[in-house]
Amino acid sequence: MSATTIPSRPSLRGIRWRPVSNFFSGLTRLATFSILALLAILLSTILVNGLPGLSFRFISTIPKKDFFEPGSAAVLPMIVGTTVRVFVMTLFVIPIGVITAIYLTEYAASSSLYTRVIRAAVNNLAGVPSIVFGLFGVGFFINFIGRGFDSLTHQAGPQLGQPCLLWASMTLAVMTLPVVIVATEESLKSILPGLREASLALGATKLQTIIRVVLPNALTGILTGGILAISRAAGEVAPILFTGVAYYMRDLPKSPTDQFMDLGYHIYVLSTQSPNIDQTKPVLYATVLVLLVLTFSLNGIGILARARLRRSGRSDS
Amino acid sequence: MTHGRNSSRRTAGWGGIYRGHRARVGERLAEMGIFVVSLSAIALIFLIFLFVGREAWPILIQSDSVNSAAVQDVIPAVDLPKLSPEQIRAYLGIDAAQLDRMDSETIRELMLVREEAFASLPQSLQRDPDARLNTVRWRSLILPHQWAGYSRPEFIWQPIGEIHKYNIVPLLVGSLKTSLIGLAFAVPFALGAAIYVSQIARPRLREWLKPAVELLSGIPSVVMGSFALIVMATVLQRFFGYETRLNAFVAGIALGMAVIPIVFSIAEDALTSVPRSFIQAALALGASEWQAAWQIALPAALPGVFAGVVLGFGRAVGETMIVLLVCSASVMSWNIFDSARSITTTIAAEMAEAVAGNHHYRVLFLLGTILFAVTFVTNLLGDIFIHRLKRRLEGKQ
Amino acid sequence: MIRTTLSRRSLTWIAAAVIAGAHSLAVAGTITVKGSDTLVILAQKWAETYMGKHASTKIQVTGGGTGTGFAALQNQSTDLCNASRKIKPTEIETCIKAFGKRPREYAVALDGLSIYVHSESPLTQVSLEELQGIFSGKIRNWKEVGGPNAPITVYSRENSSGTYEFFKEHVLRGKDFAASAQTMPGTAALLQAVARDKGAIGYGGAGYGKGAKTLKVSREKGGEAFEANEETVANGTYPIWRLLYVYVNPELDKGDAGAYLSWIRSDEGQAVVKEVGYYPLTPHLRKK
Repeated sequence: MSATTIPSRPSLRGIRWRPVSNFFSGLTRLATFSILALLAILLSTILVNGLPGLSFRFISTIPKKDFFEPGSAAVLPMIVGTTVRVFVMTLFVIPIGVITAIYLTEYAASSSLYTRVIRAAVNNLAGVPSIVFGLFGVGFFINFIGRGFDSLTHQAGPQLGQPCLLWASMTLAVMTLPVVIVATEESLKSILPGLREASLALGATKLQTIIRVVLPNALTGILTGGILAISRAAGEVAPILFTGVAYYMRDLPKSPTDQFMDLGYHIYVLSTQSPNIDQTKPVLYATVLVLLVLTFSLNGIGILARARLRRSGRSDS
Repeated sequence: MTHGRNSSRRTAGWGGIYRGHRARVGERLAEMGIFVVSLSAIALIFLIFLFVGREAWPILIQSDSVNSAAVQDVIPAVDLPKLSPEQIRAYLGIDAAQLDRMDSETIRELMLVREEAFASLPQSLQRDPDARLNTVRWRSLILPHQWAGYSRPEFIWQPIGEIHKYNIVPLLVGSLKTSLIGLAFAVPFALGAAIYVSQIARPRLREWLKPAVELLSGIPSVVMGSFALIVMATVLQRFFGYETRLNAFVAGIALGMAVIPIVFSIAEDALTSVPRSFIQAALALGASEWQAAWQIALPAALPGVFAGVVLGFGRAVGETMIVLLVCSASVMSWNIFDSARSITTTIAAEMAEAVAGNHHYRVLFLLGTILFAVTFVTNLLGDIFIHRLKRRLEGKQ
Repeated sequence: MIRTTLSRRSLTWIAAAVIAGAHSLAVAGTITVKGSDTLVILAQKWAETYMGKHASTKIQVTGGGTGTGFAALQNQSTDLCNASRKIKPTEIETCIKAFGKRPREYAVALDGLSIYVHSESPLTQVSLEELQGIFSGKIRNWKEVGGPNAPITVYSRENSSGTYEFFKEHVLRGKDFAASAQTMPGTAALLQAVARDKGAIGYGGAGYGKGAKTLKVSREKGGEAFEANEETVANGTYPIWRLLYVYVNPELDKGDAGAYLSWIRSDEGQAVVKEVGYYPLTPHLRKK
């Protein structure tokens, strides 16, 4: 791309007064800043209403009594549940996503049938509605794999044939696979070809080159992919509705076959099941704030890292 | 970016793998592993279709094993000795292995449950012809039916109750209605912003604007939904003055906010990928920035913009938590200020109460299959548009 | 390098998951309770109080919905199933197919549903028949039930809730809700809407009621109307009430679980019911 080599815009502005053009340019500017204004209103509403409800006790204890009431509400089990489920997810999604990206960028020709079909499948997977992943989790992980495993091991009751942390994480891994693949591909492509050629010229095999040269250089990109996947998954509720989330649990989850509480689902519960909406509002806003801080900090890191990666990629080529 | 990619000597081996040198067995095995893992995305699409479809299969093939009729023929338990094993299996819906495991006492118990269920139904229902209707037949799923107590045939989704009314048309209408409102709101804003950011804004401003708009995509849909439920619904009602606070319009606007970053990102990418030289040529000829954007960049990037809109539609149709929180009455109405119940809402809300394996459960999976098929097509369309954009831009260069 | 360590780690993890899974059931003395979200807070309270007295018993409570609870009961992933409605014949069938017996049913608490209108409504009572007319859409104006000449806005609940199902069965008697009825995601949201809408009517759990007016309900038009309280719900004079249940596999109804179940229905257990906002069982119901 040669965009940066030519001065990107000759300053023709102000040469002639063009009312129509200026009007429409103004409209596009208005559209842009309206979106930003909406975003600002949304975030400031949450911040203003959520901050008063936030306290160390709120984020560090397990609610023992009534989680709708500001005095006794707390979100520790939800923070733990959400965090654990996304990290377990990365254990599945990163290896698979990175290997797929390696195949696509390092091994396969971009015009080959395999590449085209895999790419189409990845794009398609990215657009599958999250609730369908939830149904898939029930049909495949719980009913097929879980039940199958249970009947093989002949246990007294179901272990894996029921909603639990493991299946929720795997369902999310399926959902976020495209995110990891795309981010890793981007970072692999931004590596200078000369690096690979040098390694090959020194007698390293292709696989050695990939493992010793390409992957270490792509590490930031892979991490970015992981972070983006986590931030996408952290706020998702629909895929875990039937695959593992619990309305209330007294204890933190102890094994992958336990159910768990979740921040996003808890927001849904707080906004619909509360016996007294006005009383619960501060709790709701505070919980939303906790979730947003979690997803936004991750998202922010991801976006910044990606922007840096792109810039460096561009100046390289 | 072109490490020998276009070299003509290049020949792809097994699995499309190109290596360029001889390799030891271990390395070949590793490559095979990489190839197999890389097929996982394809496998997953296939598995999703297979396993979501599998649960809906009995309805798709209209098997007799799912019957949602409130009143069904009952064989008295005393007749058990007269029945052949095949008859018992067909009547109780069990397979041979299950039958083998059961003793006659258990079978009798099962038949008694059927008898009691029948006896406990109100008399009026036993006479009602609707109660004998198997409502998971295509006819009931898609066509309107005049139920007892109604003055004309209607599309009704009321799955809970003695008679299970499973007409999916109100849900399709609900999904379409909310998504279209969402798109109508999102596309002008997203497109305007994409033009501004890619063509008009100064480069330095642009660096900030793009991530700022994309920040919107970082807001989880459950947060957007509860914000719509608590704040937006009240504000919009005060502004537009319609009667009921929660309706398809509120849900649509909230959906629109969730869709804006998608349409924006894709459209902005497409507009940016239009070669700078096109625009500079136009500017040099005396066009204004707006004219260059509208008459040169936008037409060139049109397939990409379409892709954004199509993929935005797919996202809106598939969005769950927003519509679930904001509105959920299954009304058969195109009025935007009426309520609506989307397919996703229905699945999310009813799955936990459905008996695993029964007709309600299967209908919900049928809805999931429909949803998957719809988004599959929109994704494919989006893909095709993006390819067309690439080809068009490359062809012109 | 990264690939190998990651995949190796994930393999170990899967193995760990499987082993941990196999172990978690082996813990003795744990009673698992699952089912209706309506009952989850009450069940939690019961569990806490009981565990305070019997340190050796551990009770784990999760919600998920009545249907989910029955599914878990049937595939034996839970010991007790909380239900806000009676078990359905199809669910009994799946249980018999799974473990050869009908699940045992225990009534554990009473719940009365209240009828809410806007706080400025002049109405004080309504009959069951009128309610059926209003919620099925036959009666559309308040003047038909003795109120001002104003249209009625009907608020209902999400159709997957136990409350919805109960109301449809007992007040609408199988008829469909009016197509114009607004559905609300929860009782609180419904109350909020009713509090803001002068023509509104809605229904919900009895423990709520802030910000709106609660109507007395009579069986027949012009008959004596009652408000929901412990006495009227218990003796059945308040007409819109339901039982809440716990179901158990008869095989498991012994030992710790059996002791816990009979404690729930004892005076001590029923005292907890009152704290949470439901009504305790009458002695007559406890015997059954």
